[in-house]
Amino acid sequence: MQNDGEQIAGQYLRMQAKRLLFVAVLSVLILLLAVGSTIIGSAGLTFGEVFAAVLAGIFPGMFSADPLAFTIVWDLRLHRVLFAVVAGFGLAVAGAVMQGVLRNPLASPFTLGIASAATFGAAIAIIFVPTALSGEIALVISAFSMSALAALAIYGLSRYRGISAESMVLAGIILMYLFGAMTSFLQYTGTTEQLQAVVFWMFGSLQNTSWEKLALVSLVVGVATPLLVWRAWDLNALGMGDQVAQSLGVKVEQTRTLHMMVASLITASIICFTGTIGFIGLVSPHITRLAIGGDHRYLVVASGFVGALILLGADSLARTILAPQIIPVGIMTAFIGIPFFLYLFMRQKEEYW
Amino acid sequence: MNLEVAGLSFSYEDHSVLSDISLEVKGGELVGVLGPNGCGKTTLIKCINHILVPRGSVLFGGQDVARMGSTERARLFAYVPQALSIGMAMTVFESVLMGRRPHIRWGVGEPDLGMVSEVLERLKISDLAFRKVTKISGGERQKVMIARALVQDPSLLFLDEPTSALDLRHQLEVMQIIRSVVNQKGIGALMAMHDLNLAARYCDRVVVLHRGRIAGQGVPSAILTEELIRDVYGVSARVGREDGYPLIVPLESIASV
Repeated sequence: MQNDGEQIAGQYLRMQAKRLLFVAVLSVLILLLAVGSTIIGSAGLTFGEVFAAVLAGIFPGMFSADPLAFTIVWDLRLHRVLFAVVAGFGLAVAGAVMQGVLRNPLASPFTLGIASAATFGAAIAIIFVPTALSGEIALVISAFSMSALAALAIYGLSRYRGISAESMVLAGIILMYLFGAMTSFLQYTGTTEQLQAVVFWMFGSLQNTSWEKLALVSLVVGVATPLLVWRAWDLNALGMGDQVAQSLGVKVEQTRTLHMMVASLITASIICFTGTIGFIGLVSPHITRLAIGGDHRYLVVASGFVGALILLGADSLARTILAPQIIPVGIMTAFIGIPFFLYLFMRQKEEYW
Repeated sequence: MNLEVAGLSFSYEDHSVLSDISLEVKGGELVGVLGPNGCGKTTLIKCINHILVPRGSVLFGGQDVARMGSTERARLFAYVPQALSIGMAMTVFESVLMGRRPHIRWGVGEPDLGMVSEVLERLKISDLAFRKVTKISGGERQKVMIARALVQDPSLLFLDEPTSALDLRHQLEVMQIIRSVVNQKGIGALMAMHDLNLAARYCDRVVVLHRGRIAGQGVPSAILTEELIRDVYGVSARVGREDGYPLIVPLESIASV
């Protein structure tokens, strides 16, 4: 069938509308889940109590709320729910950018050593700083600096050989094994208690969120995401190969380096607080690509929404499914995300990568 | 606008690939770059459009190409590389739309969409618009790559063996498309190629490379002689004439050139 020009342009615009719809639906789902997740819990609060508490917090003096409900909502639940949204968003954005910039469907903060470096940093803190067991400042700083170091090392190693996508992936995988081995060594030398703490950190958890941490992570994600979306054409062009990208005016090495560093920074700033929450960065971009295609102008942000939904959903389930026992969220993300991914993957007949 | 290359040389570390290349491509002119495998055709094209950085001077419209900004250069030059691999599985429409990148900031306007539709129609691939580029044939994919370059609205078009992997019909189609774009838009085109008969029929001039140097350049009928083909390709051939164009019939490979 031969389409005429206007029909084709129209079809493209309809595809764009579909992408916006996808994001809109996700936002509504996230909002509903966030409300639900704030209400559900062992305290048995009602919707009305939570609603009053939220309003009382935002407009102090104008609304009054039950003090217990107020404390639970503002001191325990709300920042955790929002942290899940922001962290899920950030991890997925980082994954989408890494996959795009490296043209590799397996790229993610976890396959490129950023996360295993953070784990090593955490393990150092747990084993050498006695007070770090509870997951506080020394651990956060140590985890963050190790991830940053890993990002720099990936850059350095690939710079040495010319910054191709392949050399970056290879450098990342080598670092992943290196940091993995060093963590194992530390665990081997540590006490049972320390070993347990490292293992627990590796499960990933939103147990230790706070408003301050939320603010920090939101700042990083909030600054980085618009920058990445602004440069989305560069990611699209890189998908056609370095030389075509270059002929389209993209400064290939500069772009690849910048994007990798920004994605690593996002990842590091999140997982230094939560421990390794895997899987979201890997799978959210794939789910999104299956749903709305590979144009990074939409893919980056839409992946973020998918990631936010998965992490929030996983944390809500992790808190409630075996209540009062809380399952580490890193375990739940895979349980939630994989069936969703498989469903889309089996349904999609066409090649999407 | 005219391309003027003077005294261009390039080496990979200490291995010299091109030396002292001078050539010219005028607006409205299709120039073929010929020569055996490894003679430096691809390197020459990459040097001229600044994917590689050569020694010597490359001027376009009197301006030094090396001093242009990357976006400025991308508005003037479009490049269709040799590899038929096309990267990630985008739709044909999206791949072609990519050609607008040097001209737009972020949003895609109606003129951009209109240009894409127009080029798709011109190349008769409109019906593939929303197929994935990974799911179409090699000939169709080559047309998509050319469409992307045309949407870039360049003043000079570089093509690296665009017909080498194609069947007879697609070879002719691609050559006809390029010839008609060059004629209608008055842009220059520089095309690396292997098929001497296609070059003889469609190119205004040819530049023959041999071991990184120019072995001859000029109109095909003057350059594509039995002697040059023997010297450069190591092949004995008979050159006849068909429709006023040279017709090259290769006979056999002569050992040790």
